Amino acid sequence: MPVTITIPTPLRQFAAGLSEIQVEATTAGEALDQLTSTHAELRKHLFNDQNGLRNFVNVYVNDEDIRHTDGPNTPVKEGDTILIVPSIAGGSAVLDEVASKNASGDQAGSSELPMLSNEEVARYSRHLIMPEVGMTGQRKLKGASVLMIGTGGLGAPLGMYLAAAGVGRLGLVDFDVVDASNLQRQIIHGTKDVGRPKIASARDRLEDINPHVEIETHETRLTSANAMALVSNYDVIVDGTDNFPTRYLVNDACVLASKPNVYGSIFRFEGQASVFWAERGPCYRCLYPEPPPPGLVPSCAEGGVLGVLPGIIGAIQANETIKIILGAPDILVNRLLLFDAWRMRFRELKLRKSPDCPICGDHPTIKELIDYEEFCGITQQEQTTKPIMDEITASELKQRLDDGDDIQIIDVREPHEYEIGQIPNSKLIPLGQVLNRIDEIDPERETVVHCKMGGRSAKAIDALQRSGFQGKLSNLVGGITAWSNDVDPSVPKY
Amino acid sequence: MIEINDEHLTQMRRHGERDYPFECCGLMLGRFEATRQKIVTETYPISNAREEADKRNRFLIRPEELMRGEKYAREKGVDVVGFYHSHPDEPAVPSKYDLDHAWPTYSYVVVAVTQGGATDLQSWEMEADRSKFNAEEIVTPPV
Repeated sequence: MPVTITIPTPLRQFAAGLSEIQVEATTAGEALDQLTSTHAELRKHLFNDQNGLRNFVNVYVNDEDIRHTDGPNTPVKEGDTILIVPSIAGGSAVLDEVASKNASGDQAGSSELPMLSNEEVARYSRHLIMPEVGMTGQRKLKGASVLMIGTGGLGAPLGMYLAAAGVGRLGLVDFDVVDASNLQRQIIHGTKDVGRPKIASARDRLEDINPHVEIETHETRLTSANAMALVSNYDVIVDGTDNFPTRYLVNDACVLASKPNVYGSIFRFEGQASVFWAERGPCYRCLYPEPPPPGLVPSCAEGGVLGVLPGIIGAIQANETIKIILGAPDILVNRLLLFDAWRMRFRELKLRKSPDCPICGDHPTIKELIDYEEFCGITQQEQTTKPIMDEITASELKQRLDDGDDIQIIDVREPHEYEIGQIPNSKLIPLGQVLNRIDEIDPERETVVHCKMGGRSAKAIDALQRSGFQGKLSNLVGGITAWSNDVDPSVPKY
Repeated sequence: MIEINDEHLTQMRRHGERDYPFECCGLMLGRFEATRQKIVTETYPISNAREEADKRNRFLIRPEELMRGEKYAREKGVDVVGFYHSHPDEPAVPSKYDLDHAWPTYSYVVVAVTQGGATDLQSWEMEADRSKFNAEEIVTPPV
């Protein structure tokens, strides 16, 4: 059946200058096929390489957008008019660096990518022989830059795999020093590195893995003052942090700079991963608009973490980072991956961009970085809880015990921690049971409460006082760790 | 080659500054002359589309809006000859995203807006085989 296709101004030069063309067709798709078989030059402007309509090409049958009807199968009848209407889109250049390097098989883009030396070709051979990576993909990796926030549990496998994969420029942000308790999971650092700055140790390891990678170290805490400058200088940002203020800071900086934020978090046996990329899906704030109250979610130092867990989650982050650089389909956008290492189960939740999100929603209220410690309630917390509690140091406690003072010592850690080491004559009442077992604490005697570092024991004292406990309570400053440092080194630290 | 007078150049720069740190966008109306030359006779700012699309580094002119712009142009006896948009804190060079979404024949003017002030302004035209953008000379007629 004859239908009329109207050709938009810019395409007329590819249709013999015509503004209208008649074709025989029963569906809109057929009509366009007819049109482009007669005027082959039109095809590349209307269809992409996968033979789908380009997403900025709108096709109307009479007044109806075919996206709202049956797409290319929308029926047409004699006398119908098919309109091709452009929507005009664009966006700035540098912000699109990642995307521009990504379009697969793009020759114009690939001419700007760095070349590989013969040595590199040999090194990346297992990548090069897969069409999904290939020479173009490997050159994209070499041309890419990734900023890793943290070189701890997540950053360790992440950095090692990204370096091994040949990411051209790797930025490391960390201000911490390698501690013996890190080595159970932070495999980028070794026993010889204890006491060294983490970024120095990480640099050594990464340069050993792949000398072709440019390592940039930033020995600093990520702050609102330096985050934008750091984040803007890289294509992809990977969040390997372990605290909420920094996590919100990384998220906001990435949204403001339009960078993908490859997120991972771990606790005990459970991990999460996602890609927060405001241009394509939700950000961290869409998922968690508000931080939890301070102290509610324990850190790994308090709650523990299975050493191999960050290895798995960090490797997932490395995987997604490489896919983003390659321009692969199905990256972890709009999805939250949940992993339970103890039950060995993966689950996936669908995420949606929140229109009310204060930074990436319809009416953003956050337009620059804020004070994240304050946002997470950390500064107020310290001010309100500190002054009202009696404290005692490990040395003072030892002195008073030696003097024969009658002091009962309550250990509020967990039984498996108690097994590692104890202060002599202490009684174990885990924090969660303190109020139920309040009768076991003699209010007539002076009491010292301790845990590993002093945090949980402060909470225990607070809870006891609030429930009306009348006896004298003191918090052991620095917990059993301080006891081991200052009084009895034979008590192991963990 | 595209002819744009000082007044229209200024309008596009101001629009970019006004919408900073977001991208602005708009149409350029005028005439297609022989020998692939264009003359701009009016700028037609479009800001709502971007608000709806809510992109910090993206602009989008919806087909309905383009049709409205084309209708307006027809009433004035002119054509849509191209589009302009701003690149906040980025150079006035089209991105790969721009290339993927470009149409031949039209002119694409990009205004770089640095720290809120318009700096560079350049016009670009896509190669007919979609391989790249070519810089297009802007001619300013004497006042």
